[in-house]
Amino acid sequence: MSQPLVLGFETSCDETGIGLVRGQTLLSDALATSMAEHERFGGVVPEIASRAHLEAMVPTVHRSLADAGVTLRDVDAIAVTAGPGLTGALLVGVAAAKAYALALDVPLYGVNHLAAHVAVDELEHGRLAEPSIALLVSGGHSSLLLVPDLAQDVQELGRTIDDAAGEAFDKVARVLDLPFPGGPPIDRAAREGDRAAIAFPRGLTGPRDATYDFSFSGLKTAVARWVEGRQRAGEPVSVADVSASFQEAVVDVLTAKAVRACRDHGVDHLVIGGGVAANSRLRALAQERCDAAGIVLRTPSPRLCTDNGAMVAALGSRLVEAGVPAAPSDLGADSSMPIDLISR
Amino acid sequence: MLVLALDTATPTLVVGLAEVTSARVDGALLLPAQRTVEVRSERALPSGNRHAELLTPAIREVLAEAGVPMRRVEAFVVGLGPGPFTGLRVGVVTAAALGDAIGTTVYGVCSLDAVGDGARSVVTDARRKEVHWATYDEAGLRLSGPGVDRPEEAPVTDPVVGDVRFAERLGREVVAAEVTTTGLLRAALPLFDRPPAPLEPLYLRRPDAVPSVTRKPVSQ
Ligand SMILES: [Zn+2]
Repeated sequence: MSQPLVLGFETSCDETGIGLVRGQTLLSDALATSMAEHERFGGVVPEIASRAHLEAMVPTVHRSLADAGVTLRDVDAIAVTAGPGLTGALLVGVAAAKAYALALDVPLYGVNHLAAHVAVDELEHGRLAEPSIALLVSGGHSSLLLVPDLAQDVQELGRTIDDAAGEAFDKVARVLDLPFPGGPPIDRAAREGDRAAIAFPRGLTGPRDATYDFSFSGLKTAVARWVEGRQRAGEPVSVADVSASFQEAVVDVLTAKAVRACRDHGVDHLVIGGGVAANSRLRALAQERCDAAGIVLRTPSPRLCTDNGAMVAALGSRLVEAGVPAAPSDLGADSSMPIDLISR
Repeated sequence: MLVLALDTATPTLVVGLAEVTSARVDGALLLPAQRTVEVRSERALPSGNRHAELLTPAIREVLAEAGVPMRRVEAFVVGLGPGPFTGLRVGVVTAAALGDAIGTTVYGVCSLDAVGDGARSVVTDARRKEVHWATYDEAGLRLSGPGVDRPEEAPVTDPVVGDVRFAERLGREVVAAEVTTTGLLRAALPLFDRPPAPLEPLYLRRPDAVPSVTRKPVSQ
């Protein structure tokens, strides 16, 4: 008997992602992005993103179906990101998914975006070890999770108390006159720079600080001050050194806290997901530290780290398998959906 | 022909199922005015900003009440606004997805056309202390609009129907009226013989260019 075919909808930010998964097998992952339209604003403009989701919806569904070589009639269940994310953007996906589920008469699951970032790794690396620790870092979120059961029990250990890690990259990129989004250009510039050139602060790493929370706002300010100070003094600023030192401050804290969480909870598997997980230095340092601590590190390929529909379908597939009840008919969007709510 | 109409451009969510006489009877083409619309079941729900929560359950109810399975719907009609963007998109994307899923056509109409009938001006809430407006002749054809303006500047003439809360600022009497299933279908009648146009909401305003706090994942 073949496993259920799950169609996933993701519209929490600026990517319209539609993916198809059968069991744990990735069949297709179609994406439309409004990234270019947000560039000149230095951040995602919700109304522009929502308009783009509406335009892209039906064509992207069909691209996903065509890539997978299936039709709508073959779909057994639908999953959609119900939150967290931008309300107006989420609602386009939720409304579309509800309509397809109604017309196709299949169950619908409203899933948590963060848990979906963890689930996507199963498409490439097979069943997640449970429990695992998950570090999710992107422009919208930075969280440390304990995952005893991906379908039914995910606990938040810590999160950022101010900026998301990705936001810090965007803001520092602006200070350095690098393009938005800031992650890729900083990653590139950092390869030519000295990670130890400037000692930028490591937020929330003091003995009395919350063990698993993050803070990147102070770091971003420190970088801006340092660059301005140099400019005022008429001294040259090495974009490579600033990028490398800033990036090191971010990934040092992220990986140290993730490894610490594994140790404290006696967990020997770590998953890293979210857009920032595509950062080459984060991947390298995490590997180094996991190897030293005897932790198995799993990271989806960069393509699946950023927001996409396959991750939503992957989690949906898990929920179907676990026999979790489908969403109520009055499912809506929840912009601040807590992580302990994996689906609703 | 069974037609399902829906509209989410105003705080009242409207869903209705109607039987519409075909464009041709015994080979003869009927003018839109010669065709009849018989509403089989409908819902008009005060929904605030809960359109996404309530729309699909309302569609299910309307179909169940008429005893019609979804696959028998032969066309969809959806209000394209103008109206508050977030709720408006819920209706438009729902209609687009339903039409896609069952392989049938979706026709978009101006939501204001579905408020009241005959010679009138229509005003609805555009938020930010502005109104959406349009004016119509005796035959119910739109003469001007849809537009968005401060009520004081909206070029409306008596009688005015729609959202009564704007009477004072318009300096005119406003007769309460809302989007109806009949109104949506009347507006769609002339469209049924043609290939459908793309479903583009009548936004009338450019997006506010304020980046959100939630940002794009940075790498990749
Ligand atoms: Zn994400």
